[in-house]
Amino acid sequence: MFDKGWTDGLPVVAPTEGRVQQMLSGTSRHPSEIVAVIPPRLIECTVEKVAINAVMAGCRPEYLPVVLTALEAVCTDDFNMHGVLATTMSVGPILVVSGPIVSKIDMNHSINVLGHGNRANSTIGRAVQLVIHNVGGGSPGGIDRATFGHMGKQGFCFAEDQAGSPWTSLSEERGFATNQNTVTAFTGEGPRLVMDQKSRSADSLTRTLAESLLGTVSSRVVMGMDAMLVLSPEHMARYADAGWNRSRFTAELSSHLVVDADTILVGSGDIEEGLPTDFAGLSLPKFRPGGLLVVHAGGPAGLFSAIIGGWINGPSGSEPVTKEITP
Amino acid sequence: MTDIVHSGLTVLDPTAEGHPAERELTLRHKTLTGLTVGLLDISKPRGNIFLDRVQEHLVELGVYVKRYAKPTFTKPAPVDLRHEIAITCDAVIEALAD
Repeated sequence: MFDKGWTDGLPVVAPTEGRVQQMLSGTSRHPSEIVAVIPPRLIECTVEKVAINAVMAGCRPEYLPVVLTALEAVCTDDFNMHGVLATTMSVGPILVVSGPIVSKIDMNHSINVLGHGNRANSTIGRAVQLVIHNVGGGSPGGIDRATFGHMGKQGFCFAEDQAGSPWTSLSEERGFATNQNTVTAFTGEGPRLVMDQKSRSADSLTRTLAESLLGTVSSRVVMGMDAMLVLSPEHMARYADAGWNRSRFTAELSSHLVVDADTILVGSGDIEEGLPTDFAGLSLPKFRPGGLLVVHAGGPAGLFSAIIGGWINGPSGSEPVTKEITP
Repeated sequence: MTDIVHSGLTVLDPTAEGHPAERELTLRHKTLTGLTVGLLDISKPRGNIFLDRVQEHLVELGVYVKRYAKPTFTKPAPVDLRHEIAITCDAVIEALAD
């Protein structure tokens, strides 16, 4: 199967008819139903084709509805999977699963949440990428022109820790109810750590997070690219102690995410990259309104959080897309 | 659904199973002089600077130049834009830049 170009470079499970039939038992949707039009070749993809690739990725049948919904999300014009593939930037689809399905399919939202070791986390994103590769024809060196890429392009899917969060969830923030199962697709890089082991006040920790977020993608990029912040339980505890809710956190953080444009103009600091001089004298927000997605997840110990840098946002790039998972 | 037997194991084809239509390349022009050439800016920074220089050279060669731009470099050129270029120009040069 590797020789046929069907894999992502790792071994896959052979998609025999029996295994594909078993995979299809995970959804009530008809095998011939069209799930999405898959870029870059814009091929109509059936539930059955998704099931074949899900078998190859190592999914269990109960994961299939998540894979189907994730594909629907990334194949929207808003998400712009074609551009996400074609860019030389090192980004790929990051999938965040929310709702009761997280515990039902035993997804990981805790220790090593952005890493390996959990079957659902490891295979759902992989199945999505295999469909893009096999059905859509989006492959590295072809339409995928990433200078570096990152290991998350093998498949990057994790769960939100809703039960352990004192805040409304990302899914609720994006308009869904707590008991709805959703997938949020975000275009992102690999994660990087933010360390703050000494702050005991919400204000101090917020300043640390802001300092690190200001450098996302480049300290000279403002408003044009989004980011995702994954707050760990020990960092979240600072906000719970202080009685900050999500709105308060967002407001306080935003107040520190302001850049003096003069410091990032073309030529400032003897650096040729930067904003046009028309922006001189302005104070600019690092992120557009709503351009920072905040998720609660991670192991119970560790005074760290994680930042996942984004890509070009808005209608000219990629918008985060959240969809409800249907059986 | 295509079945593929490999090493005694029958597996289902995970691909689109389609075959792209093959088309012959349009005949190349022996000269551009007197022809209309479209310059398509994909809208990356400084693409206009590159295309300005290309335009200067083409005009010196007696080429009639028409300029176009994609709305964003992150998405394929809209069908209408491709159609307009196809019916208006004898050739097109697409510019990537940075």
